[in-house]
Amino acid sequence: MPAVPIADDCLFEFIHAELVNYVASSSKGDHDVSTLEYLGFCCGYRIIERLTKDWPRFKDELDTLKFMCTDFWSSIFKKQIDNLRTNHAGVYVLLDNNFRLISKMSSGNQYLEVAPRYVTFTCGLLRGALANLGIHCVVTSEIKTLPACAFHLEVRRS
Amino acid sequence: MSRQGTRLDQKKVNSELFTLTYGALVSQLMKDYENVDEVNKQLERMGYNIGIRLIEDFLARTGTGRCYDFRDTAEKIQSAFRLYLGISPQIMNWSSSGDEFSLQFDSNPLTEFVELPDHCLNLKYCNVLTGVLKGALEMVQMDIASCFVQDHLKGDPCTELRVKFIKRLEDAIPAGED
Repeated sequence: MPAVPIADDCLFEFIHAELVNYVASSSKGDHDVSTLEYLGFCCGYRIIERLTKDWPRFKDELDTLKFMCTDFWSSIFKKQIDNLRTNHAGVYVLLDNNFRLISKMSSGNQYLEVAPRYVTFTCGLLRGALANLGIHCVVTSEIKTLPACAFHLEVRRS
Repeated sequence: MSRQGTRLDQKKVNSELFTLTYGALVSQLMKDYENVDEVNKQLERMGYNIGIRLIEDFLARTGTGRCYDFRDTAEKIQSAFRLYLGISPQIMNWSSSGDEFSLQFDSNPLTEFVELPDHCLNLKYCNVLTGVLKGALEMVQMDIASCFVQDHLKGDPCTELRVKFIKRLEDAIPAGED
């Protein structure tokens, strides 16, 4: 038996699906996904603290983002972000061509309307994780065709 | 692009993410419902939805056949806990008729980083598990009931889940067939 308890991958998928289901069914408006985003934020904020405690300090913002795209992403979603673009002025676009939480839904335009609610939690997760690393940003997602998903990050500098 | 040296442990990250997500879910439910019993009910319902899907994954992954008796079922439930949560609860306290047993957990990944505040002593934090068991076993034609009789979070020495066999569900014959 391993020393660290393991939660098999699919458990997270199931609990996430239930979360989406619950929020979607309990919210009055059709577009009330802020709860989901908030829940993601809480998780991201907490988990990053534990993940990076033995990690060397990040050099700068780009370095932090690279960490999110490679190690963070692959440990949660089993693959790295496929493409990271930036305008070097605080806007980043993270493109995942086969995003795990929507990869089993469809490969085309079917379910395009409901897909956003399955990535909102992850937006919050990113925002929370970065917030705890000292980068305050707004994260939005964009899905053109399933199962690809782009996350837009806009860093707020004060 | 990535560094040498320290690496993230995938299994650990996943397990922690699962724990934290579940925690976020419970706290959201506590916010939404005033009544703790209602939260317990919601958790069980969600567990039920998870269970009916999880059993498919379990059967596909392990390739186990039918259970011959309830003892057999108990052992398979134990192995499922090992597979999904990495824990092996002990099976104990069989009733004399053999239709009731307890699962005793020493540690529980769901309750890692968790402490219950005083005002929610009625909250069954892990109630999702009772739902998962019910949903999963219903898919293999078994009707069971389960509840937590001891809970580590409430100061008991261990967490104990009591499982009771109710009845075997029969496949209904489709209409128009003999």
